[in-house]
Amino acid sequence: MSADKQVGIVLVSHSGPVAEAVAALARGLAAGGATAPVAAAGGTPAGGLGTSAELIAEAARSVDGGVGVAVLVDLGSAVLTVKAMLAEGDELPDGAKLVDAPFVEGAVAAVVTASAGGDLAAVAAAASEAYDYRKV
Amino acid sequence: MLDADFFHRWMTRTAASVDREAAHLTELDSAIGDADHGSNLQRGFTAVSAALDKEPPQTPGAVLMLAGRQLISTVGGASGPLYGTLLRRTGKELGDAPTVTVEELARALGAGVAAVAQLGGAQAGDKTMLDALLPAAEALGTSFEAARDAARAGALATVPMQARKGRASYLGERSIGHQDPGATSAALLIAALAATDGATGGDA
Repeated sequence: MSADKQVGIVLVSHSGPVAEAVAALARGLAAGGATAPVAAAGGTPAGGLGTSAELIAEAARSVDGGVGVAVLVDLGSAVLTVKAMLAEGDELPDGAKLVDAPFVEGAVAAVVTASAGGDLAAVAAAASEAYDYRKV
Repeated sequence: MLDADFFHRWMTRTAASVDREAAHLTELDSAIGDADHGSNLQRGFTAVSAALDKEPPQTPGAVLMLAGRQLISTVGGASGPLYGTLLRRTGKELGDAPTVTVEELARALGAGVAAVAQLGGAQAGDKTMLDALLPAAEALGTSFEAARDAARAGALATVPMQARKGRASYLGERSIGHQDPGATSAALLIAALAATDGATGGDA
């Protein structure tokens, strides 16, 4: 039951393996309790490089527990496709939000925050804050 | 006046044109992009044609909305959401009128182009599809032929530009000297519009 109250996370990459691997990384680093639902939507349905609106919609439905879905994206068409789907209105669950964040670092922050019970605003803020983590 | 059938034929003609030019578009995209523009648009417009033929919408706005939706869901690259937004926003502006005037189309296309600029965060001179679409929407107020010529000239004018948006922008100065694939396909879309008008006698 409590898992249903967690914000869902969708990871949209141009590459299926990248999306899957980042999802696995984020789940692994968030472990220690009930991990928030995370779905990868990478590449095209045929397994090529690109973005698929169909895979994104399916992933968002699969992690939607009714308290919001944070969508993280990598480059170009991933960004534009999610924006266009949100503009459409009925392609993504109510409460789906495109989060402005670096893909890998943002995914980890989002999954950790969602797993700890943070709401959509907290998840989005944590993911965006990952931009402030300078490496040198 | 332009009816749903006119818009349907415009989309079908665009699909045929994209089919014919797919290899050329991909060749342009292999110089400064990721070499999939032709095949991506071909997949998208094939889906558009099939969807329109299966259940032909009754109004110009509905034709463009359906076409835009198909492009967003099937293209797989950035041109999908960009062209999808262009057509859908233009269709939305046309509303549910059974026929529209050229002036109404010109105004709606202007709104569609503005929506593309907003979605991609690009402007004139960035070496994108907007360099063909902005002058075309402007010239459509004069005539279909003027729009076609303006789009073609706009696409050619991207050759000396340095890309500031999209995958090509990573190339910096090396993007100079190549015609932008997006502006080229946008010119095809507008040329198909002019040809559709010619095919109906041009009295619209």
